[in-house]
Amino acid sequence: MAQRLTVNKTYKLFIGGKFPRSESGHTAMVMSKNGRPLAAYCKASRKDLRDAVALASGGQAKWSSQSPYLRGQILYRAAEMLEGGAAQVASALQWHGMSPLPARRAVEAAVDTLVHFAGWTDKFQQLSSSVNPVASPHFVFTVPEPCGVVAQIHADRDFEGLVSGMARLLCGGNACISIVGERLAIAASILGEIWHTSDLPAGTMAILTGEVRELAMAAATHRAVDGILGQSLDPEVEKQIQEAAAETVKRLSFQSGGRTDPLEDVLAFQDLKTTWHPVGW
Amino acid sequence: MKEAIEVFKTGVYAPAPERTPVHVAARYGLFIDGAFHEAEAGGSRPVENPATGERLTETAEAGEADVDKAVGAARRAFEKRWSRLPGKERGKYLYRLARLIQERSRELAVLESLDTGKPIRESRDVDVPLAAAHFFYYAGWADKIGHAFAGRAVRPYGVAGQVIPWNFPLLMAAWKMAPALACGNTLVLKPAEFTPLTAMALAGLVQEAGFPEGVINIITGGGEAGAALVGHPGVDKVAFTGSTAVGKAIQRGLAGTGKPYTLELGGKAAHLIFEDAALDEAVEGVVNGIFFNQGHVCCAGSRLLVQEGIYPDFMRRLEHRIGTLVMGDPLDKNTDIGAINNAPQMERISCYLAEAREQGLDVWQGGQAVPERGYWCRPTVVRDAPMSARIVREEVFGPVLAVQTFRTAEEAVEKANNTRYGLSGGVWTDKGSRIFKVGSAIRAGVLWANTFNKFDPTAPFGGFKESGIGREGGWHGLQCWVRTSAKG
Repeated sequence: MAQRLTVNKTYKLFIGGKFPRSESGHTAMVMSKNGRPLAAYCKASRKDLRDAVALASGGQAKWSSQSPYLRGQILYRAAEMLEGGAAQVASALQWHGMSPLPARRAVEAAVDTLVHFAGWTDKFQQLSSSVNPVASPHFVFTVPEPCGVVAQIHADRDFEGLVSGMARLLCGGNACISIVGERLAIAASILGEIWHTSDLPAGTMAILTGEVRELAMAAATHRAVDGILGQSLDPEVEKQIQEAAAETVKRLSFQSGGRTDPLEDVLAFQDLKTTWHPVGW
Repeated sequence: MKEAIEVFKTGVYAPAPERTPVHVAARYGLFIDGAFHEAEAGGSRPVENPATGERLTETAEAGEADVDKAVGAARRAFEKRWSRLPGKERGKYLYRLARLIQERSRELAVLESLDTGKPIRESRDVDVPLAAAHFFYYAGWADKIGHAFAGRAVRPYGVAGQVIPWNFPLLMAAWKMAPALACGNTLVLKPAEFTPLTAMALAGLVQEAGFPEGVINIITGGGEAGAALVGHPGVDKVAFTGSTAVGKAIQRGLAGTGKPYTLELGGKAAHLIFEDAALDEAVEGVVNGIFFNQGHVCCAGSRLLVQEGIYPDFMRRLEHRIGTLVMGDPLDKNTDIGAINNAPQMERISCYLAEAREQGLDVWQGGQAVPERGYWCRPTVVRDAPMSARIVREEVFGPVLAVQTFRTAEEAVEKANNTRYGLSGGVWTDKGSRIFKVGSAIRAGVLWANTFNKFDPTAPFGGFKESGIGREGGWHGLQCWVRTSAKG
């Protein structure tokens, strides 16, 4: 019997709720340790990044106007979807060089992270808001608001960290544009399919796989990107991002492994608004 | 009665000068390690009264060596004294300073008006009392910091480098110093080169309050001294209030250093006046929003958006009210509009107005008489300027109001948000639900509804977008002055 030929797919980008191939037409291969091609993914260009940003603004407006309760449900839905697709993601993580058990554990941890942040969507506001006892006859309160479109730049193979970054941004009502390097390219692409089936408004989440440095600089210099979350970046890249991001005073947060505080992580991309109103008969 | 009739007939008030005597030294040194020193290089800079152009005094010009000395003093004070004090004791020093500011309030108000050109009514009723209130508020936090960060361990950064602008010299010093000190940091503060007087007076009060030497250091100088301070490797935390251009340069300069920063930068706030607003109150709010402190206010309401149906009526009332504003001697208690703070700023405002006139825009100015000496700009309204005009897009930082109209709330919000800034906004309407809808749609850190330009030490202040990063005031203001970590 002739051996069956497998149907290999090229993993695609996730932009504006659709799965385009890169505008550049470029793809790359994830190779096994002994040089065998395992899977192909699209290499996003700067144009793809700009498209994602343009679509993210509209998505973010819808996403942030939805109730925190609904945002929590959608994040929980993403956890359900990831649990269902755990085997697929775990095998992708193995293509990225992980052993089977750590790969499975990483997916489980990511599912739990999504559940954790699903629970934050309607709580971080209460822990960071205040009614301010001013000395004049005014009612004054301060509440957090999402800063807008945030680019997540992930250069590592920390799958849970990648999902955690996405979850904390979405949890707070931001749009997230994830820029992921080759070390997690396939797993990240599969995440696109998971977000797509979780009822996020189109554009709220984008996943661009490719050259991290090039895409990071395109995000850092883009005027409509309001913040950057850098994860495990090379210090030189981090510095270049900071320099470029100063032109539009972006909110920046850089992390390289280690335990962080989830509430602080959410609040890193929230801006506080203080509202005053006179009090009188 | 006769005088009152005279005022009624002529619209001119008899002079009512504030006469509290103040001492201005012939020359001020750098306040480092608890004492006043000459600059290492011996340089100095004249300080003038913007209302007369007369020289008031001169200040030592800090160079790199002086900055280094001040940062060193702050480091020693942090390690040997301040970080070892219990919060309760730190708080008591701050309470003392707050009391001293209250007790010298009239003197400080006169100094502030002499130095900045702002009306004594404002320095007396706003700047100085709020500065004292700020120290009082944060004094009380000093032994309660742990309560502000539930479940987290907190510690101060160490040495703070703080650079403040010339528009509210004493108040901005209080905003920077009080929370930093309460959280256990020591500091080096640089006031703006145009307005050092109240900061130097404050240094005297710091001595009087008996602060340990080196906890508070105040150095005078221009942009180079500021850059040296911000860039000094011994500074653990940078806090800057000033122009967006300098703020960006600071953020860029700190790239790769890992040094945390807070920035409070420019603004181009819009007032939205809806048809159902209480018009006379709104007129007062708009006048206060743009002519308070001659418009040298980062959160000034420098754009006015009026709903079409009330536009003619509102503008008639507004221009009538502007016509009654009293411009002149900042030390006169009747004065509403004082002098432009400094020569370069005068030049900048004049350029914007000249350009607006060249573009054929409708530039209207109040009828106030302009004093012969000093720097002055009459209250100005630019009508129907297009969104593309620089006077609509850029921060003029002067008494210049750009007016446009709108039909629907959506259009108003879109216009209000069509700016790279996001510091403040104003909405005037009688409809409660609209206040919340419009208020949450405006992308700005401070939203005044049916009021404007109100400040309080308990109320966080700071910007969205290019208006800055971080908050000052309230418990949120503490977050800028501590490092947090996991407990245990």
